Amino acid sequence: MVAIEVKNLTKMFNGFTAVDNISFKVKKGELFGLLGPNGAGKTTTINMLSTLLNPSSGHAKVSGYDIIKEREKVRRSIGIVFQEPALDNRLTGKENLEFHAMLYGMNKKERNRRIKEVLELVGLSDKANVLVGNYSGGMKRRLEIARGFIHRPKVLFLDEPTLGLDAQTRRHIWDYIRKLNKENKITIILTTHYMEEADYLCDRIGIIDHGKIIAMDTPNRLKDKLGGDIIILELEGNADKFMNAINKLKFVNSFKKHDSKLTLMVKKGEKRLPEIISIAQKKGVGIISATLHKPSLENVFLHFTGKTIREKEASQKEKFMEFAKRRFRR
Amino acid sequence: MINAIAIYVLWLREMKRFVRAKSRVIGTLAMPIFFLAFLGMGLGNINIPSMAKDVEYIHFLVPGIVGMTMLFTSMFAGMSVLWDKEFGFLKEIMVAPVNRVSIVIGRIIGGATTSIFQGILILGISILMGFKIVSIPAFFSSIVFMLLISSTFIGLGLIFASKMKDIQGFGMITNFVIFPLFFLSGALYPLENLPVWIRYISYLDPLTYGVDGLRGVLIGVSSFPVLLNFAILVGFSSIMVFLGAYFFEKSESV
Ligand SMILES: Nc1ncnc2c1ncn2[C@@H]1O[C@H](COP(=O)(O)OP(=O)(O)OP(=O)(O)O)[C@@H](O)[C@H]1O
Ligand SMILES: [Mg+2]
Repeated sequence: MVAIEVKNLTKMFNGFTAVDNISFKVKKGELFGLLGPNGAGKTTTINMLSTLLNPSSGHAKVSGYDIIKEREKVRRSIGIVFQEPALDNRLTGKENLEFHAMLYGMNKKERNRRIKEVLELVGLSDKANVLVGNYSGGMKRRLEIARGFIHRPKVLFLDEPTLGLDAQTRRHIWDYIRKLNKENKITIILTTHYMEEADYLCDRIGIIDHGKIIAMDTPNRLKDKLGGDIIILELEGNADKFMNAINKLKFVNSFKKHDSKLTLMVKKGEKRLPEIISIAQKKGVGIISATLHKPSLENVFLHFTGKTIREKEASQKEKFMEFAKRRFRR
Repeated sequence: MINAIAIYVLWLREMKRFVRAKSRVIGTLAMPIFFLAFLGMGLGNINIPSMAKDVEYIHFLVPGIVGMTMLFTSMFAGMSVLWDKEFGFLKEIMVAPVNRVSIVIGRIIGGATTSIFQGILILGISILMGFKIVSIPAFFSSIVFMLLISSTFIGLGLIFASKMKDIQGFGMITNFVIFPLFFLSGALYPLENLPVWIRYISYLDPLTYGVDGLRGVLIGVSSFPVLLNFAILVGFSSIMVFLGAYFFEKSESV
């Protein structure tokens, strides 16, 4: 079963294309991630799918309902945690949840039970009657996540759920998200620009850059697309014969030598490493050290965009600074 | 399809916020109270000419200040959408499975409740200062007028809020819309004393009929018949509520 179906979805803001003709499907019960740097178009995509923005062109269905023609049905079936806080600071945590539950038409008994349940799940039971204005950032985030699924949505959108939180709180939130997905069978779409987050949580990832989805697959298969694992050998002695032998090996997808360091891309690296070491011994090359690591999503991102996500964000910051400078000079 | 629960929830939220925002309420009420106190004391016993009967200024002033309170509190209530936008809460409301008409009705009923409450508060303070209402039914009729004034300006506030991106323009609206509406309405002086061309402009101001109607019911003296004021205000408030709902529906919340 398909929970979300996106076809050629596009959003333009006065001539600027923020989301560029994207298409993808998310299966029921899947935890799908949109990974991309600042300004990639993640939030704009979520806003269109949650009926807050009208697409410029293209179509999408959420739990079987058209996001343009059946807005109210879409709204009834989704929950959402926005990137920016969206709480009423003058209400208590519990009142915020009550407001939400009533808007979604839950009766009093169900409401009270669910409020208690979700507050417990996110560990805010003892802060229920405190004004949200007095919550910390992490507490607010947890409350928003609780609110997002209190009405038992079929699909939950999480727009950068852990942005700006400390490592410990982030871990906690990851656990809640996992639990919701696995135990409550909620389909989740999450956006993030944290590689570890996408890697740890998502069943499948779409990498989005400049409004386009440039790669989409499971984290492991995305990494496999790079041509296997990364093996780095530190060599001693004349390596020419060894390099010739390596060149002939079919399972080595690519290699690069830099001074005494040899970097190889190898499928099933852990199985091939002993083989490579024994070849080195036969060819009379000493090995000082050998490291093997699986490619990270960082490597994947680099592969598909030609830049690491951090470089991307740095260059965006530069652009902004330049823009600001120009503004202030005037 | 009207969603009664949604209307109730939005109203309830308005009530809770109102009760918790005492300092803001005091801030909003300070101005009408100052007008009432200083103009009332300074000019209190001067008789107002060019009214049908001669009326003491304090009696002339009080309905005007009640009208002023309704104007300010209602415009702010309508424009409070902008604050919700600023704090992101508008998205939470807009993404809920509730039709836009119910959201607008909830806002208007919530805003009208707090506005009328403040209007009655001002009326109570005036009574302490020596103002006399002609009869008990007159008090209830004045609430009907307060409701009409309030819904008119909440509607207008919604129109402005829907056309603005953020709260930057708030001061502009206060200075270039709310204050002119206030001065043109004849809340402080009889319109008969203004040059003719300004008087014609003031006939376009809904508050003119609100203040005159309040005078008619509260002190029994008015420029137009009370029923005419009532009918014109019903027209204004229907149009404003409709337009407010229309523009709110059209506006994007992100
Ligand atoms: N209302 C708008 N008007 C004009 N441009 C917009 C608007 N909303 C977004 N954009 C532009 O569209 C692009 C995509 O923005 P979006 O918020 O979707 O990015 P994002 O992937 O969510 O980034 P971030 O990680 O910073 O949240 C950006 O260049 C942004 O400036
Ligand atoms: Mg975003």
